[in-house]
Amino acid sequence: MAVFKRTPILKDQLTHYCPGCGHGIAHRLVAEVIDELGIRERTIGTAPVGCAVLLYNYFNCDVIECAHGRSPAVATGIKRVQPDKIVFTYQGDGDLAAIGTAETIHAANRGENITVIFVNNAIYGMTGGQMAPTTMLGQVTTTTQHGRGGQGEGPPIKVCELLSTLGGVCYLERTAVSTPKDVMNAKRAIKKAFQNQIDGKGFSLVEVLSMCPTDWKLSPAQSVDFVNEKMKPVFPLGVYKDQ
Amino acid sequence: MAEAAIQAGCRFFAGYPITPQNEVPEYMSWRMPQAGGVFIQAESEVAAINMIFGASAAGARCMTSSSSPGISLKQEGISYIAAAELPCVIANMQRGGPGLGNIRASQGDYFQAVKSGGHGDYHLIVVAPATLQELYTLTMNAFDWADYYRNPVMILGDGILGQMAEPVEILPYQPILEIPEKDYILTGCRGRLSRVIKTLILDPADGLVRHNEHLQEKYKRIESEISLCEEYQTADAELVVTGFGVTGRIAKAAVRKARKKGLAVGWIRPITLWPFPKQAYQEAVRAASKMLVVEMNHGQMIEDVKLATECAVPTEFMGKGGGWYPDEKSILDKIESMIKQPAAAAKGRVS
Amino acid sequence: MTKIRFETHRCKGCGLCVLFCPRKNLRLSDSLNEQGLSYPEEIDPDGCTGCGLCFRMCPDTAIEVQSPKKDNQDKQ
Repeated sequence: MAVFKRTPILKDQLTHYCPGCGHGIAHRLVAEVIDELGIRERTIGTAPVGCAVLLYNYFNCDVIECAHGRSPAVATGIKRVQPDKIVFTYQGDGDLAAIGTAETIHAANRGENITVIFVNNAIYGMTGGQMAPTTMLGQVTTTTQHGRGGQGEGPPIKVCELLSTLGGVCYLERTAVSTPKDVMNAKRAIKKAFQNQIDGKGFSLVEVLSMCPTDWKLSPAQSVDFVNEKMKPVFPLGVYKDQ
Repeated sequence: MAEAAIQAGCRFFAGYPITPQNEVPEYMSWRMPQAGGVFIQAESEVAAINMIFGASAAGARCMTSSSSPGISLKQEGISYIAAAELPCVIANMQRGGPGLGNIRASQGDYFQAVKSGGHGDYHLIVVAPATLQELYTLTMNAFDWADYYRNPVMILGDGILGQMAEPVEILPYQPILEIPEKDYILTGCRGRLSRVIKTLILDPADGLVRHNEHLQEKYKRIESEISLCEEYQTADAELVVTGFGVTGRIAKAAVRKARKKGLAVGWIRPITLWPFPKQAYQEAVRAASKMLVVEMNHGQMIEDVKLATECAVPTEFMGKGGGWYPDEKSILDKIESMIKQPAAAAKGRVS
Repeated sequence: MTKIRFETHRCKGCGLCVLFCPRKNLRLSDSLNEQGLSYPEEIDPDGCTGCGLCFRMCPDTAIEVQSPKKDNQDKQ
């Protein structure tokens, strides 16, 4: 008998996410992985600033909420003090690739034995749809009203490609949650990223291309297409490093 | 200071190089691993203070040190740590400012230290040692206060204190407070409910108002329980001279000389800058008719002196920023010029 | 016997389950839940194969599927 149901680590609490938002799927995958690996009681998560700031309302494990972009530094502090614990950060694109770029790169380069879940939806969700570091060329946001690329905004930052050059990194994979197949693959990657930490292998990051219907001003179904047709060509899925 | 931290059980240090405090991370880099602790040279001051945030949340006695521009960078993290009520020790060996300033000693960060340098209503416990022996002792005490009150403690030194050499007796750590078990730290939720450390409080029922009230109550308690200063011959003093840190120390030498000359001069030096030893100041000026505040800035602590004494006596200022420091003779000259003035006239000029 | 259960109060009506049901056996209801949103319902009560794709795509863990298949969730 196969059963598909909410894994225990996820609280009964309804999320504050908008309809069709990919965070809910990413949360479920992380939660299932933690439960399946049996590590809930030794897991410490970090909540970012951004849409996932209330992560601790949904995960039944120890969580610390960090300043914007600082999760990798906070996670470093926790993991170094308690190396036997499983420490993960859950960060959005603004948090990880704009304000927290330095913390991300250096935690990665030091080879901190932590797991980073990086949700990339190419936009600032919580603040109302401004340009993210991963906003694509031509993409309209509230601060790139004629599409990114017109006024010295630069192209999107590709985090997996960027980090793949760093010696301290163990594992990088870009996944998506826009089709059932992608979701299953994302879960496999997330599980590997946690397993790497359990095995003491070092810095693992899984990027998750995710939907933001509200700020993309698309329906949930159109948002799925947006990830599949617009984002995947710019952010190719796959393993960028696996040591 | 670094050895005192180790002696007091500090087992996590994160910092970023900046003059004039590089001796601290350099010492920690080899000594901390020896003591079984963690040393990290962070990528920035911002990262360093956030590593402290994490290490403290994980239950370690932890410390970071920096100098003025670096402390400015840390303010974001300090505000979060104060809001989350996590203990840590932060050292600031002040240098000349504003901006990149210079690497000479200064006391220009007084306001930043005692008036909550980051955003929001909070206080650090701030101590200002004047000698290396005092720095050693206060560093050990700082860890106790931090844990006991669940509050960041700042050691406010300066470039002179950070770079000078003088004999220090390496005393074993003696706790000054009984620290309750840390029932708030994150260790994984084995055998207990999961815990959250957060500073975002959206509770519609005035949750953040209540959290602020809670913090203020704690600050009131700290104010009533900690207040340290050193005094010298204030009982019969006509003029009371004051200054903090090394400035206080230099001023004391001048006051001693003035006493030898038969001048009725007293001296007081705050050891805790927050809480400011208000009562001691009120008592110190009871017999006096004027005060002199000496600082290596353009007049910061003088505001707290005036508040503490409610401007009971005319209070003059001597000081400059940017790397200037007072010598004994110039303070003595100032004392002599003030004491020759009739007190009543001086009083009239101020009021 | 495959059983699909919708926790309708959790549903935000995004319709991803409807979109990805390989049998096209789901639709959004005409009636509304407590939040005033449509929620999924089966078109043919015997049409569900228990593949779990709706569960996998649901951002709100509002769907529970019990299926006779031996495959269990996304375990790798």
